[in-house]
Amino acid sequence: MSRIASLKAGKCFVGFLTGGDPNLDKTYDYILDMAEAGADLIEIGVPFSDPIAEGTVIQEANIRALSVGTTTDGIFDCVEKVRKKTEVPLVLLTYANPVYTYGKDRFFGKCEEVGIDGVIVPDVPFEEKAEFSEEAKAHHIDIISMIAPTSDERITKIASEAQGFLYIVSSMGVTGVREKITTDVRSIVEKAKAATDIPIFIGFGISTPEQVKEYTSYADGAIVGSAIVKIIARNGENASEELKEYVNAMKAGTR
Amino acid sequence: MSNSASTNPNSKGRFGIHGGQYVPETLMNAVNELEEAYNYYKNDPKFNRELDRLMREYAGRPSLLYYAEKMTKDLGGAKIYLKREDLNHTGAHKINNVLGQVLLAKKMGKTRVIAETGAGQHGVATATVAALMDMECEVYMGAIDCERQALNVYRMKLLGAKVHPVESGTRVLKDAVNETMREWTNRVSDTHYVLGSVMGPHPFPMIVRDFQSVISREARAQILEKEGKLPAAVLACVGGGSNAMGMFYHFIPDEGVRLIGCEAAGKGIDTDKHAATMAKGKLGIFHGMKSYFCQNEYGQIDEVYSISAGLDYPGIGPEHANLKDTGRAEYVPITDDEAVDAFEYLSRTEGIIPAIESSHAVAYAMKIAKDFSPDDSIIICLSGRGDKDVAAIARYRGVDIYE
Repeated sequence: MSRIASLKAGKCFVGFLTGGDPNLDKTYDYILDMAEAGADLIEIGVPFSDPIAEGTVIQEANIRALSVGTTTDGIFDCVEKVRKKTEVPLVLLTYANPVYTYGKDRFFGKCEEVGIDGVIVPDVPFEEKAEFSEEAKAHHIDIISMIAPTSDERITKIASEAQGFLYIVSSMGVTGVREKITTDVRSIVEKAKAATDIPIFIGFGISTPEQVKEYTSYADGAIVGSAIVKIIARNGENASEELKEYVNAMKAGTR
Repeated sequence: MSNSASTNPNSKGRFGIHGGQYVPETLMNAVNELEEAYNYYKNDPKFNRELDRLMREYAGRPSLLYYAEKMTKDLGGAKIYLKREDLNHTGAHKINNVLGQVLLAKKMGKTRVIAETGAGQHGVATATVAALMDMECEVYMGAIDCERQALNVYRMKLLGAKVHPVESGTRVLKDAVNETMREWTNRVSDTHYVLGSVMGPHPFPMIVRDFQSVISREARAQILEKEGKLPAAVLACVGGGSNAMGMFYHFIPDEGVRLIGCEAAGKGIDTDKHAATMAKGKLGIFHGMKSYFCQNEYGQIDEVYSISAGLDYPGIGPEHANLKDTGRAEYVPITDDEAVDAFEYLSRTEGIIPAIESSHAVAYAMKIAKDFSPDDSIIICLSGRGDKDVAAIARYRGVDIYE
């Protein structure tokens, strides 16, 4: 059973950080901090010059990471070291161009080699997934599918072919902390559940244990990105304590 | 080739291996809805009558095909014709596409349009047509471009549009596209994204090309009337590539007509200050499409440069990428220096001040005119007028003037 598939047993908290923010040594520490504090899966953003699905907070993290010279190879090296310390499922979030230009087979081969379990590519929708699916499959990497508030009649076809976990986007727009989420996320989750057995996680706009509690009452997990990236932005190289406290509190929301 | 489109049976809008729909799931229904509406209205006689009336009575079409006699004599060689898109309302070819898209958006029941802009020409055209058609309009423009083109920012505001200076990334055109896409994912039900070039996810490259193809439809008939035969070559500048696609389109089946795109080589393609995607770019996937992009070994998109804000884009439309692959069109780099020389040359010789973008095409015509026989003709797409560039050219020549 893959590391992601084994998550189905319980309610999950998923944490995201941007690789290389503030530098890759700290990314190594922070991944292990989050795992220790109870994160069930960790998403690592491969920084990109033009992250069109991201709000301001993660855009700025991308710029910080690139400005200290973070590369895709650097991220792979970091993951390789992390993998020696933990079995927590690790997923990369990146965009189509960094994968394509690195070389599809080379990229997914490297993922397999260093112990990455899945890859999220927000600018590759269902219709284009054949772009990467063959190479990903050859290297046993799950390509994670996303469902948005606008997906409607697309939900069933996306969910029925999804691998790893299903990423439900809670809100319109880009990533970022929101006070209130107005989408009827529950009905999207219900529709998706009818079409797949893989874990269903909800992301975008989540920052409090209360939101985690609510979403994990009907989905399998909650994904938090911008709130974590903000903690790292605020504390730079000294974010470990606050990060662990935060992840701990958020994980408690799943119980 | 390993990235063949045939491995991707669900993907729509392919030009060879290029194109596709690489957008977040949030936008998929919007691009599908747009495609469906466009496929319906493009065959709707009423829509076409309305668009035709707007093109004639509002934009001032058909645009003239002007025989540049003095230039022809001076250069010695092919007869040179200028397709005068600079005489359109708002001063450039951009209005052709905007009239079509905003009319389409209106038919789709949208009440708000958003657009990216580089130099401001597409933004001004969008603000203009939004005013005409009573649509709410918001334009995203890189903060640096807002400073460089302050007059166009004011012009858009005058027309009732809201202008958002984009502070993210490199604060120029590509970042304005990013931000407009982000805004579209935020609010899609009442909003249409009026994309300004033959780029982005399907169906935009097709829609923009169709609305711009009026340029070559007219030019082909006009040259046949004047010369009794097809031209030896047609030339246009390329950034994203909309005026070039419009200028090429109806000549594509005419195999004897050379199609030449002139891209911005800035300070030279061997420096890091250029926007020459065809000369220096690599295959990639960005802004919704597979095409050629200026990028580094890790796929990070380059900061590009040109004296011309309208050509200052790190990619090119997917249909151009395919025309290059198949060899049907050729693409040549033109430096800032060559473009500025051509800007001044056409002003002096014919009394026509071309946009600095269009000057790239004029520059290449100046190089090759003498290689043709006087029985041949070539057409340069004069995509826009140069009033907006006068202050920048003065600065380039070391003359300080107040705008």
